[in-house]
Amino acid sequence: MLKLDIFLSALANGLMTGAVYALVALGLTLVYGVLHIINFAHGATLTAAMFAVFVMHSVFKVDPYLAIFILTPLFFGLGYAVQRFVIGPASHGDDSNILLVTLGLSIIIENALLAGFRSDTRSIDVPYGFSVVEVGNLFLSTPKLVAFAASFLVALLLWLLLARTDTGKAIRAVAREKTGAALSGIDVDHIYAVTFGLGAACLAIAACLLMPTFLVNPRIGNAFVLVAFTIVVLGGMGSILGALVGGLIIGVVESLSGLYFGESLGQIGIFLIFILVLLFRPTGLFGAKA
Amino acid sequence: MLEVRDLVAGYGGVPILRGVSLDVKAGEIVAVLGANGVGKTTLNRAVSGLIRPHSGSVIFEGAPVTGHSPTRIVAAGLIHVPEGRKIFPNMSVRENLELGSYRRARANRAANLERAFSIFPRLKERSGQFAGTLSGGEQQMLAIGRGLMAEPKLVIMDEPSLGLSPLLVEEMFGLIARIAGEGLAVMLVEQNVVQSLELASRAYVLENGAVVMSGPADELKRDPRLMKTYLGM
Repeated sequence: MLKLDIFLSALANGLMTGAVYALVALGLTLVYGVLHIINFAHGATLTAAMFAVFVMHSVFKVDPYLAIFILTPLFFGLGYAVQRFVIGPASHGDDSNILLVTLGLSIIIENALLAGFRSDTRSIDVPYGFSVVEVGNLFLSTPKLVAFAASFLVALLLWLLLARTDTGKAIRAVAREKTGAALSGIDVDHIYAVTFGLGAACLAIAACLLMPTFLVNPRIGNAFVLVAFTIVVLGGMGSILGALVGGLIIGVVESLSGLYFGESLGQIGIFLIFILVLLFRPTGLFGAKA
Repeated sequence: MLEVRDLVAGYGGVPILRGVSLDVKAGEIVAVLGANGVGKTTLNRAVSGLIRPHSGSVIFEGAPVTGHSPTRIVAAGLIHVPEGRKIFPNMSVRENLELGSYRRARANRAANLERAFSIFPRLKERSGQFAGTLSGGEQQMLAIGRGLMAEPKLVIMDEPSLGLSPLLVEEMFGLIARIAGEGLAVMLVEQNVVQSLELASRAYVLENGAVVMSGPADELKRDPRLMKTYLGM
């Protein structure tokens, strides 16, 4: 019985962590799906968002969950501006340039954070940090449960945006047919920037959900982004549903392989999956055929 | 309505269009004819703002739009239905049409959707289907329908007959005649000389990036040079 309980709690933990992974992957897959580039600054942006949560909490005494409503629009605006005024003009319409510009941005952000906060690892202290909810025989961490629910909500909102609104439809249109979109009066540069902004906004939300139970240092984002890449490949490049399902799968795999192979080998499962997907289903679970 | 003056345009500094001038007046169908590679598509792209012309001017309804973004040109009511359709394959037929009114005539979307469906009943049957799964003819109808959703004042039709069977070409030209019959100005850019001249009131013939012949369609039809070059007579 104890064995089953441990298994179930590892499963639940995996699902809850996976939902936040999914949120990080959502931003990555959205930008990839529309701009057809891997945003190398994704990890650094997440780190910056986590430091923003840290500063909001320690300097301005703003609760991380409250900070969602401040940081999400802020990071949307930042993402929008960076794409519109830095990445776009600097890349001259060449995809490989965009790649390099985002790589350069990640180096700048990371080192700016290193200069500002040094390489110390920090965390914030919230009263509900260790609170748990009892479900049957399981004790589930409240902040992780909140993160789980919030991630689903964000994925749902993002899906509604893409499916129902004109802006969302324009994003999907630009993703596949830039010229046709421009000739329909869609401002392609604006849509690119909106997409980039949405990607950054996802990270801001992820950061707010992570900080109550997690720590931050200037390189923390990379760990998440490596996992997010795997999720995007597993779920299918550019697929929202794929990012969500992929995130949950990866979260569970990491948690269970941690349980059975030991904590330090927990990530082996993730990379095994990565290799298997590349070998047998390179388009991912929900990816479009090439 | 549309005045193109001494337009020079091309890619990467190399001019393809070498000083083209033409006019389209309100309510008229004007054909721009020429073989592959004479600059027809470059002309369209320069007029609709996809590329910035090197020199010359484009005037629409008396106001210069030279070098404006496609967004502004669409907003002004000059709609380009592109060669190769450029529909959104990953979206439903209905969503494709809806996006036609993204910049213009958004308030009349529902009414215009009904109108597009009445002109192209086949699109209504397929409204929930992904546009990428349509046949070539249906995709062309969708591209035209999407253009009409913006309540254009002038439509540039870029090779609407491309890749269609003779029967479908006939149908497509019939539909264009019907749309133009409602008072819309059409610049019909085509390789299909015979049928275009049947439809148009005036025509320009492009060769090597310049206008080599122009005049009323009836006269051009009888022009021995045109007959020799394009009809092999």
